[in-house]
Amino acid sequence: MSTTSPAANGLSTAQGVWLVAEREIGSKLRSKAFVISTAILFIGALALVIWGGFQAASSSGTPVAVTTDATRYVADAEGLDVTEVADRSAAESLVEAGDVDAAIVADPSSPLGFTVIADSSPPTQLLLTLAQVPPVELLDPDAVNDALGYIAAIGFGIVFLLAASLFGGTIAQSVVEEKQTRVVELLISAIPVRVLLAGKVIGNTILAMAQILILAAIAIIGLTITGQTELLQGLGVPIAWFAVFFLFGFILLASLFAAAASMVSRQEDIGSTTTPLTMLIMAPYFLVIFFNDNPVVLGVMSYVPFSAPVGMPMRLFLGEAQWWEPLVSLVILVATCVAAILVGARIYQNSLLRMGARVKLTEALNG
Amino acid sequence: MLELRGITKSYGGRRVLDDVSFDVRPGRLTGFVGGNGAGKTTTMRIVLGVLAKDAGTVTLDGAEVTASHRRYFGYMPEERGLYPKMKVLEHIVYLARLHGFSKADATARATDLLEQLGLGERLNDNVETLSLGNQQRAQIAAALVHDPSVLILDEPFSGLDPLAVDVVAGVLQQRAAQGAAVLFSSHQLDVVERLCDDLVIIANGTIRAAGARDRLRDEHSSRRFELVSAGDAGWLRDEPGVEVLEFDGGYAVFDADSDETAQRVLRRAVAQGDVASFAPQHPTLAQIFKEVIQ
Repeated sequence: MSTTSPAANGLSTAQGVWLVAEREIGSKLRSKAFVISTAILFIGALALVIWGGFQAASSSGTPVAVTTDATRYVADAEGLDVTEVADRSAAESLVEAGDVDAAIVADPSSPLGFTVIADSSPPTQLLLTLAQVPPVELLDPDAVNDALGYIAAIGFGIVFLLAASLFGGTIAQSVVEEKQTRVVELLISAIPVRVLLAGKVIGNTILAMAQILILAAIAIIGLTITGQTELLQGLGVPIAWFAVFFLFGFILLASLFAAAASMVSRQEDIGSTTTPLTMLIMAPYFLVIFFNDNPVVLGVMSYVPFSAPVGMPMRLFLGEAQWWEPLVSLVILVATCVAAILVGARIYQNSLLRMGARVKLTEALNG
Repeated sequence: MLELRGITKSYGGRRVLDDVSFDVRPGRLTGFVGGNGAGKTTTMRIVLGVLAKDAGTVTLDGAEVTASHRRYFGYMPEERGLYPKMKVLEHIVYLARLHGFSKADATARATDLLEQLGLGERLNDNVETLSLGNQQRAQIAAALVHDPSVLILDEPFSGLDPLAVDVVAGVLQQRAAQGAAVLFSSHQLDVVERLCDDLVIIANGTIRAAGARDRLRDEHSSRRFELVSAGDAGWLRDEPGVEVLEFDGGYAVFDADSDETAQRVLRRAVAQGDVASFAPQHPTLAQIFKEVIQ
């Protein structure tokens, strides 16, 4: 008996992992749902950037009507789109028609020499522009302003939340699909379970990273073209760290999602085991939005592996982290990642062939 | 030769396989028969390494089967399944590549095999668009594409129409003729009986009978004969040492207490009139099965 008849050479672990990853990516790219949702995401990001650009460009002014005898009062004010009118009644009619937000007319009885006429509420923006503000001396002019910090917090938080839940869900679905269609038994008769798991995690990680990098590229190029370079300044280094943290954070979550999904046999049941993980990826988002100005919470977040991908870049952006802190946090994250892969692989291996009812966690861990 | 020795497996204290030992010889079809829950699927999964055993050994030509042997194994799980959204050819190529074939090699093999199985027209259709019977054929291609020298097929005939059964049976016989060791389980005892060279019967996790089909048949056959003659065979009832089981004019089925008795009956039958047939009746597999699992 020629038990060595096949001409096949053995498959190395790396080749096996890559084959699985390749299939994973290929099947995703051919899924209409995935392509369309990704396209919408990119178009949305692009639209946001361009819209931001228009806003910046068109903020040339609050439209106001100014009578000829009052023009000297607004000569120095920035941010006004001035329409000159002959007299007070002409100005009032423009305000009533809504063509302008307010009118400025000369008024000898006013201490300032003019009066602002508005429709139903005081035009705050205009009043701020006209107000005589005392000069302010900043002691720490480099510190990021609150609004920008908030935007960055939402940015990091939402990108991590979106990508992690999108691809966490994807990998969970694909694990259950293999179980539900029973193809998994055929697969693991050909390759070791770990190779299958690694291939799936790596395939989805590549897709997720590609999506993140394209989003980042859209943001950076878009902001540059539309001249919003201010927002970009100071974001470069945190974004680079974000990418690194995201990579390991994603592998961590992907392994756990795969393990959790392997415990059920039907798509409908995925939620029963992946909900705790979904909570885990929502937490950093809400924490960073509510506590982006709280150094203690951010400090803790930046070291907890599940929130570090959001917390550490945020602290770097705010200038609160020492140079070594991201490195320490990264080591913690990578160590957790390795542990998650080992535990995840164990659960995955023990649960794959158990069809029907949900596998209990203790059974999945003990085999 | 694939040898199983002393395989045991328990799930949470319940022993599902107990000291399971049998051989699967190259060049032969081995039928694996047993009731639901007898342990067939568990045994096959252990052979494939898909499931871990508690004790015992599985050896191939004397060497313990390890992960690196897997590329010599072809498997058709009881629970059929392929990726529904993959194209048939692409899917089979993927599986061949997982077994270590290069892309070009895998494509050539998969195309040949699928054409041989009558799926040549459907190569670029998604698996989910195939009829159940055609999906089954694709599943068989998945088990065979890497030219395995050991084939383990769990219920390969279930859900097939009689024509498809013949196609699959033909493919299995061809593989065995080429030297592969083939182990297949089936509920369809008539198909097993017709096809297999060797038999393994399992019940409640223990092997009740194993060996060449003909030897098992001999072991379990009593001296039962069937007589078809022209005249009335009523005289049979009065013959000493004969127990008539069925009787209808010239037709009778009877047990004889010895070969001499049987020969005496034959001589008398010929003397009484024309004898169309006189033959020992072999027990069917179904009969043997019922007997050994009790």
